[in-house]
Amino acid sequence: MPDLAWLIGKRLLFGVLTLFAVSVLVFAGTELLPGDLAQVILGQSATPETVAAIRAKLNLGDPALVRYWRWLSGILTGDLGNSLASGRPITTVLMPRLGATLFLAATAAVIAVPLAIILGLLSALWRDRTFDKSASAATLAAISMPEFFIGYLLVYVFAVQLGWFPAISRISPSAGFGQKLWAIALPAMTLTLVTTGHMMRMTRAAIVQVLSAPYVEMSELKGTPRKAIIFSHALPNAIGPIANVVVLNLAFLVVGVILVEVVFVYPGMGQLMVDAVAKRDIPLIQACAIVFAITYVVLNMLADIVSILANPRLRHPR
Amino acid sequence: MRRLDDYDTILRQGGLDRRSFGKLAAMLGAGASIGALMPGIARAQEEPKKGGDLSIGITGGATTDTLNPLLSTASIHAATDFMWGNCLVEYGTDGSAVPELAESWEPSADAKTWRFNIRKGVVFHNGKELDADDVVYSLNLHRGENSTSGAAGYMKQVSDVKADGKNVVVISLESGNADLPYLLTDYHMVIMPKDSDIASGIGTGAYKITEFDPGVRVFGVLNENYFKAGRGNCASVELVGISDPAARTAALQTGQITIMERVDPKTVELMGRAPGIVIHRAAGGGHYPMLMRCDTAPFDNLDYRLGLKYAANREDIVDKVLRGLGKPGNDHPIPSGDPFFAASLAQRPYDPEKAKFHMKKAGYGGEKIPLSTSDAAFSGAVDTAVLYQQHAAAAGINIDVIREPSDGYWDNVWMKKPFSLSYWGGRPTADLMLTVAYKSDAAWNDTFWRRPDFDKVLLEARAELDKAKRQEMYTQLQTMIHEDGGALIPMFNDFVDASTDAVKNFELSPQYGLAGMRAPERVWLDA
Repeated sequence: MPDLAWLIGKRLLFGVLTLFAVSVLVFAGTELLPGDLAQVILGQSATPETVAAIRAKLNLGDPALVRYWRWLSGILTGDLGNSLASGRPITTVLMPRLGATLFLAATAAVIAVPLAIILGLLSALWRDRTFDKSASAATLAAISMPEFFIGYLLVYVFAVQLGWFPAISRISPSAGFGQKLWAIALPAMTLTLVTTGHMMRMTRAAIVQVLSAPYVEMSELKGTPRKAIIFSHALPNAIGPIANVVVLNLAFLVVGVILVEVVFVYPGMGQLMVDAVAKRDIPLIQACAIVFAITYVVLNMLADIVSILANPRLRHPR
Repeated sequence: MRRLDDYDTILRQGGLDRRSFGKLAAMLGAGASIGALMPGIARAQEEPKKGGDLSIGITGGATTDTLNPLLSTASIHAATDFMWGNCLVEYGTDGSAVPELAESWEPSADAKTWRFNIRKGVVFHNGKELDADDVVYSLNLHRGENSTSGAAGYMKQVSDVKADGKNVVVISLESGNADLPYLLTDYHMVIMPKDSDIASGIGTGAYKITEFDPGVRVFGVLNENYFKAGRGNCASVELVGISDPAARTAALQTGQITIMERVDPKTVELMGRAPGIVIHRAAGGGHYPMLMRCDTAPFDNLDYRLGLKYAANREDIVDKVLRGLGKPGNDHPIPSGDPFFAASLAQRPYDPEKAKFHMKKAGYGGEKIPLSTSDAAFSGAVDTAVLYQQHAAAAGINIDVIREPSDGYWDNVWMKKPFSLSYWGGRPTADLMLTVAYKSDAAWNDTFWRRPDFDKVLLEARAELDKAKRQEMYTQLQTMIHEDGGALIPMFNDFVDASTDAVKNFELSPQYGLAGMRAPERVWLDA
């Protein structure tokens, strides 16, 4: 299927172009900060000498284009520069945090995505029956509560009262996989509760919509069992929208969990970026922004590719 | 985003003194004799048990942290510095200056030249023996125009630091200062081996840092050669950065940590009732002034200021805003535990009649008086302003509470608006507190109160070595601020920490919370 390869290749190319545009925006964003970057970094404690020293250190005298190219080529070769606040290389600061965030996100996703899709399917199958209504009520209740509140509730029940899981998620580097899972049980549960509702409702809606299509009616009239209708007709046609909502939630799991990190004292990317912003650590902020952007772009690309693969009309465009 | 605001404050303000403004750095307490204040706290004299692993949940950690003590600002940094390092002088639990790496010291008659005798036989973690050169090197890190140290402000008065032989260090000052030993208790000024990497965490302290994950965890194992008897009792100590008070509480309740720094005032009572949990409460020098600009009408009128001062019900504010975890203020910045506190000065009462009288004399006709506030000043500042509004209404005073934006409070409101709420972390000595905020030419004279006679006595008191004479002078200074100054100071706050009941010898300090940030070396575990 040369057509398909070309489609996916085109999508990848767009992804790369988007990332390039994001890198321009991130760089321009810090350029556009009011005042001089060195002034911004130093705040009120700036003296002319320290400003000059920082300007020299960051090569702020060079034209923006030159600095942008230097920064971009640094990123492409895996050199993100050094943190201004601590002087450490950003990669050594960032990587453990990114690893922690991805571990938590992956754990939550492994629970939440199948759970949401199965609940959504069953709800669509038993539409307007007790199961559908109670599943909807439960998941809607869960997403209606702010995630820190859910976090505190889980801590109260499972850590303070029952003592099953730790209240704060500390992972020592030497811990085994099982211990790590145990340590992040509560934040993973919190994130599952926060994301399942959205994915489940969208799955249900997508399938219900397909089920009302004429060809499903036709197949019903032909006497196809309901399960077969759902799995061989409805689900493949609903995969596009489901993939999109799943991806949206996966992205949230990576970039939007700062409150959960704070509640469970989990050292992830959110906390890193907040600290960086607080300390005006510009290179670190840029690095975090780029990582978040890559997450979004890559995940969206995946969703598009899944949609293309699942949809013959997209696969064979006219 | 409380934390963000705090950092923002620290950054915007730069410099040591402003740093202590942020709530994060609300640690610089003032000298106080806590033993007299808190007789209920057992001064555990049992034999310390050795061993056990201490874990402390503490605030202020950030990804950007380093082990460089010069850059310390928050609790976790100070506690880390005191884990691996020692100063020349230790701030004693009774507010006295206790010999630490200096065995003894003697000032010249004018308090301008000080000789410190360095303790012999103390060994750094890297095996080097401590001598006078290490001390000179370490102290000089805080001097000079380009020093990045948080203690650079204090050290400006030092004109020379030099070694006299292997075990004596001579410190010369620009002008006499009887409080020099106290200044050397600052956690920034821990002693490091000469020419060492200042971010290596190598010192003489009770714990050798073996793991450092910025903002997340600091881990140290016992230094078997520690020079203090009865100190450094646990086998290991870890500091865990936990910024969320609810998470700290849950971690303590579930036994993931043994000590929790900073209990949320709202939950102190509940926690105190929980089995196995002990609350540690120490009076400190942090206070919350309502600042009136003495150079701006109508606050340039003494009667106007007095009227507003009599219109505050301080007990009520301490009860409601601090939940009783503090003390009423007497319109001067020296806390009741300070050795030079003016005990003879009567507490200003809540007296609406007197307030009315003074306001009338000042020609006040019932117009709105804008009072700027924001929880950026301190947590509870808005409540304080609203309470005060109610108190003042009883005296016919019409306070208009203005909620200013938190962002930029220290830039746009503090020292700009004529009547605003603010926060001061205490200072280790009365002299520092008065110098930094009340001397006519002080950069942060935030009431714009200028009295040459005050400045004169302040400088005399600083160089006076006779304690009785100093007491008299400081009483005079506090009285001047109390009667004439522009700060309405309704309250001083307490430091409140908690621990499991296995933690013994949690020696309260009037200087900072967490046993003066020295809990790691002071406590022992009764397993």
